[in-house]
Amino acid sequence: MKLFEYEAKNILAKYGIPTPDGELVTNASQAREVASKLKPPFVVKAQVLVAGRGKAGGILFADSIGEVEKDAEKLLRMQIKGIPVKNVWIEEKIQIKKELYFGITTDRFNQSYVAIASAVGGMEIEEIASKAPEKIIKFSINPQHGFHSFHARQMARKMGYAGNQLSELGKIFEKLYCVGMDYDAELIEMNPLAETIDGKFVAADARIILDDNALFRHQEYKKRLLEGESELSPQEIEATKNDLAYVKLDGDIGVIGNGAGLVMATLDTIQYYDGKPANFLDVGGGAPADKIATALKIVLSDPKVKALFINILGGITRCDEVAKGILEAEAKIGVTKPMVIRLVGTNEAEGKRILTEAGIHVLESMEEAAQQVVEISRHGDK
Amino acid sequence: MGIIIGKNTRAIVHGITGTQGSFHTQLMLEYGTKIVAGVTPGKGGTRIQGIPVYDTVEEVKEKHSANASIIFVPAPFAADSALEALENGIKTIVIITEHIPIKDSVNIMAYAKKVNATIIGPNTPGIITPVESKLGIMPAHIFKRGNIGMVSRSGTLTYEIAASLSRKNLGQSTCLGLGGDPITGLNFIDTLKMFEKDQQTKAIVLIGEIGGNLEELAAEYIAKDKYPKPVAAFIAGRSAPPGKRMGHAGAMVMGKAGTAESKIEKFKSAGVKVAEKPNDVPELLTKLFSV
Repeated sequence: MKLFEYEAKNILAKYGIPTPDGELVTNASQAREVASKLKPPFVVKAQVLVAGRGKAGGILFADSIGEVEKDAEKLLRMQIKGIPVKNVWIEEKIQIKKELYFGITTDRFNQSYVAIASAVGGMEIEEIASKAPEKIIKFSINPQHGFHSFHARQMARKMGYAGNQLSELGKIFEKLYCVGMDYDAELIEMNPLAETIDGKFVAADARIILDDNALFRHQEYKKRLLEGESELSPQEIEATKNDLAYVKLDGDIGVIGNGAGLVMATLDTIQYYDGKPANFLDVGGGAPADKIATALKIVLSDPKVKALFINILGGITRCDEVAKGILEAEAKIGVTKPMVIRLVGTNEAEGKRILTEAGIHVLESMEEAAQQVVEISRHGDK
Repeated sequence: MGIIIGKNTRAIVHGITGTQGSFHTQLMLEYGTKIVAGVTPGKGGTRIQGIPVYDTVEEVKEKHSANASIIFVPAPFAADSALEALENGIKTIVIITEHIPIKDSVNIMAYAKKVNATIIGPNTPGIITPVESKLGIMPAHIFKRGNIGMVSRSGTLTYEIAASLSRKNLGQSTCLGLGGDPITGLNFIDTLKMFEKDQQTKAIVLIGEIGGNLEELAAEYIAKDKYPKPVAAFIAGRSAPPGKRMGHAGAMVMGKAGTAESKIEKFKSAGVKVAEKPNDVPELLTKLFSV
């Protein structure tokens, strides 16, 4: 789950990491009020969760309170990559001498977290890594010992700092690690972390991505994700609420399967036969009938879907439950789109019997089924 | 033979009284897996599928000789179960549970490293050495004893490919799922090393997917180490858009990192045959064997 910049900055500030003074507003008059409490010049920033906000015109600079008001109004009427701007963050512009990078993310190979720092910041870390790999400083964190002030100071030294500055940076890095751990962040970064002209350090921008699997420990954010503003589409929200994994794509073949790898391979196979998948939907392991029915409902709510491909290979999932779910969905919502069903694995015979008795043909080969659904998406059901 | 589990595996089922735990205990018993006890806090003293249930692993260790664990406990409590097994000296632990927080997995793996234990998962279908033992939830009938070692990040995709291998009479030595999470106990390289030592295994099928760089590292290892056994691969997620999590917590392309193309390219340059579709794997293997 991505946090908004304002959420991330408020958390950082709570932990004592210097951030620019600022506040969130939802209309122009609030913007005026907030700006009158801050020192000019100002930065006016659209709060959206899409990447590339700056390039899309979502970050504006203002010298006067009147300008802030105008900028806020402009942003609040704007859409950034199709997302309407509902909130604007107004802050004091800091006088930057140098842009740095510091972040913590997961390290798959070492089964731990890794702290990454660079004396070159302000661009995506991948870009820094490709442009100036020698400037990247990595420290693999031993989870049993944590990330301490001295680790942080060692990194600050490698970035070229000494004395007071080194010790200040060290404190900031250590605090960011604490935020990351306390909030179950899978990625947390300050980019840029600004060195100001008077030699201080301020997190000019902050990004936090929470671990979706840990949201049960952070109910306030889970609530915001499902009930408030989020980066998810209506189908994605409905899926998340029902513990289904759904990703919207831009084709016309609706896909439902069990197991992430199998569903990905199903999309790939559809594409191999020149078809276009409309979505990714993984019902997960052991889905009961009502969950299958919900999955069908979500996929069919996408008007672009012309045909459905249900690909089930049962392990923990039982084919009879899937068959019941398909019939339940037919009875409840009426499936008007042609369906191609491939069903094998645990309780396969019973699942096939249920569907065959209901007049639904079941296939055994994924490739045959994929070819068939691509054909139907092109020419309709024959 | 095969790797990690076998005839001498004696397992504890954590969360044995739950729906999945109990259902799969029955299936594992039917397959011939030796299950000595179950653990569900609060349900000690009862029996499930004829297996005695205890409140703690400590008590199991007092009364039985167990050397493996399989965990079905819900995500918020799964780390506690895994740590309990580790602390009580269990050296092979399969974690079936999905949706375990990364921070919890990191803690489990750090402990496992310290005591030299093997963790399979989390978010895995488990491990099966056909005919000998199965610690997992895979449908057993699709597997067949033979010489192909399989390692995968995906459950159902493993079944898909295993079934197509079995149909072509290409049986398996051991099939194991690393797990679909970003942090897992074993990685591809660990498993390749184990298969290298296993005499039964003559060739390896490696099933990867988008996200992370463990496939790339495995490809480098195969090339650098002149890996002695033939390897065929399949990578899922060629059609996945960047920035979207494809079902598995670990399956996400970040910017330009972790794409299927990058993995496929690395494998090909390491001399690994990469299948276009899951069901092309048997043919690739047959060709490798005929060389």
